[in-house]
Amino acid sequence: MASIAQAIRMALHYGEANMGVKDIFGQDVGAPLGGVFTATQGLETAWNSTLDERGIISMAMGIAMGGDRCVAEIQFADYIFNTIDLLKIAGNTLWCTNGQIQLPMVVMTPVGAGIFGSVYHSHSFDAWASRLQGWKIVMPSNPLDAYGLMLSAIEDPNPVLYLKSKALMRHKGDELIPGEPADEKELKAMIDKPVQNSEGWKPRWPELEKYMVPIGKGKITHAGEHITVVTYSRMVHLCDEVAVKLAEEGISVEVIDLRSIYPYDWPMIKESIEKTGRVLFVNEDTEVTNFGEHLAYRATQECFYQLMARPRVLAGKNLPGIGLHPNLEKNSVPQIHDIELAIREVVAEVP
Amino acid sequence: MAKKTTVKAGGKAAAGKTTKKAAKPAAKSTVKASKKATAPAKKKQSFGGLSEEILLRMHNLMVKSRVLEERLIKIYKAGEAYFWIGGPGEEAWGVALGMLARKGSGPENDWLHLHYRCTPTMVALGMDMIDSIRLMMNRATDPSTGGRNFSSHYCFPQWNVAPVTSPLEVQYPIACGTAHVQKRAGKGAISIVTGGDAGTAEGDFASCLILASRKGQELPMLITVQNNGYGISTPYEGQHGETNIADRAAAFNIRSRVINGNDPIETYLALKEEMEYIRKTGKPSFIEAKVTRLYGHSSADGANKKPHLFDPVLTFEKNLIDAGILDPKAAKKIWEDYEAEGVNAQEQARQEPVPTPESVWDHVYVNSENADWRKF
Ligand SMILES: Cc1ncc(C[n+]2csc(CCOP(=O)(O)OP(=O)(O)O)c2C)c(N)n1
Repeated sequence: MASIAQAIRMALHYGEANMGVKDIFGQDVGAPLGGVFTATQGLETAWNSTLDERGIISMAMGIAMGGDRCVAEIQFADYIFNTIDLLKIAGNTLWCTNGQIQLPMVVMTPVGAGIFGSVYHSHSFDAWASRLQGWKIVMPSNPLDAYGLMLSAIEDPNPVLYLKSKALMRHKGDELIPGEPADEKELKAMIDKPVQNSEGWKPRWPELEKYMVPIGKGKITHAGEHITVVTYSRMVHLCDEVAVKLAEEGISVEVIDLRSIYPYDWPMIKESIEKTGRVLFVNEDTEVTNFGEHLAYRATQECFYQLMARPRVLAGKNLPGIGLHPNLEKNSVPQIHDIELAIREVVAEVP
Repeated sequence: MAKKTTVKAGGKAAAGKTTKKAAKPAAKSTVKASKKATAPAKKKQSFGGLSEEILLRMHNLMVKSRVLEERLIKIYKAGEAYFWIGGPGEEAWGVALGMLARKGSGPENDWLHLHYRCTPTMVALGMDMIDSIRLMMNRATDPSTGGRNFSSHYCFPQWNVAPVTSPLEVQYPIACGTAHVQKRAGKGAISIVTGGDAGTAEGDFASCLILASRKGQELPMLITVQNNGYGISTPYEGQHGETNIADRAAAFNIRSRVINGNDPIETYLALKEEMEYIRKTGKPSFIEAKVTRLYGHSSADGANKKPHLFDPVLTFEKNLIDAGILDPKAAKKIWEDYEAEGVNAQEQARQEPVPTPESVWDHVYVNSENADWRKF
């Protein structure tokens, strides 16, 4: 099975070979490294940009304006903050020009905690991103979705922000990407650059197929009856784990992997809440003005009379950063036991 | 009915502060004398060898641009618009730029990443007066923004005119992106970027110089700064340690020069030369043009004419008349005709529809899909 990093690499290869992507660029994205997480290794059109996040976003905007497709990378989401106004401009260009200028560009960036990356390699960006009007924002939790969402992002005529969890970069799923060899070792031999003697190395790409995960469509990763847990990215795996555990006690948890932050799959959330009457929103961005709060607000507005308990948001603590020591990191973003506790509380609540 | 413009043909012009050498190409002959005495060869020589056709076209467009800008200011002062910002005083620079750009869409034509003082360039490209007025008056018919943005925030994709943005200087590195596409297309097209002197303090300006000049990956770009000596109220000395802004390009091995942007001939010739250089070599070039900011920064500081400043339109007109290239009567008529066109355009725009409230949701996304989250 491919890792998420490999899945992204294969998607980008598919994009440059079949979907007109002409530039994949960012800091260390080109040879020799192919990205700090190896997601751009061996790609034909990958090149190293200057160490300048604003330059990268601007360049992507210009390339899109000029009529070519590109995928730009910000090395860590922690460094995307100094481009906020450019992201705003990219998102508002279609609107400001009354529909005249489209910017079909993809910006991908690794986000979140979980790798003990300390203060400046653990930032989340989903809540911030949800305020970038005009952008679509996706956040895959597994390799197949990572592949399908990347192809959808490339094909979309709007700017798309592709947030990839640092902690999930080596995560392997249980579904094959169409065209991917079933043997993990075979895939590695084909597309991973050898650590030694890599001089002149070229990848041998599998015969990949087009596989799209539509932007804005969530997925139920664990069906249940008693409570809806809406989450995305790394937290999906934690929530699923808790759901499996609680099922043994007869607590039936429905986990929704949102996959897209914006537009988001409200019909799926609503239908599930109407079934379970209880909802918990889980993500790791900071809790004050969190994207989950928007969803909780909407759930309250639209599902109030079907709710059996107060909707709840479980998110990262409202702290200036994520401290390096495991005690600090683990007490900053939701952990398995936090999720379990929150689910138990909501389920135990009676009107 | 056409009203008289506030500017009279052949008015007195004084040399501006930033102007090192104002155009003084023609002898001080009277109009009558020059009519018969000036031989074409001499005229050509005096006006940089430019043909009469080019000179007269340049004059005509400069007048058109000035009349348009003054019309926009009048519209603002009459309370028919919320805000004015624009480029009166930059006609010599802007018109020459618009005349020389390779106009059209697609990567085989030039891209223009302009700022809000570029009405002269738009006029030279062929923008109708009414389209600027529609933008100023926020009509739904405004072709640039549909009534959504400030005056002079043009967008004309059919001519590769990128949307003008309010955040200063972001256009510089964005231009690197279009230049990158043009370089790949290999048709000799270039990306032209313009901006103000104070804005060069923004990091995006440095981003552009770096991206444009990487060894072996140079971009076909004409990087320009219109130095009018001010950033709103902050004088040049208030933020610059460098003697010329163009000196910064030298640090990146970008060919650069400082020109008198108040002189249409010097400007035209310099732009032509640099554009040819860029098209031929695929490398960037930098021009700092010293220009006049004739009506202050924007309506925020009154938008009143600063009569002591050098006026490139009146000076050029006088020079053409003195050289016998332009007939004073014909000159007067140009002003009057454009004034009438401006007045009529304002009257027409006034009748045109304004954006509807529901249209706020239009064009958030391509095909307006998923714009309103309440409807997901
Ligand atoms: C990023 C940014 N900061 C501040 C402003 C507000 N502002 C508008 S114009 C201006 C001065 C610009 O000066 P300069 O670049 O010299 O241009 P000019 O004076 O010729 O308009 C400022 C500060 C802005 N538009 N964008």
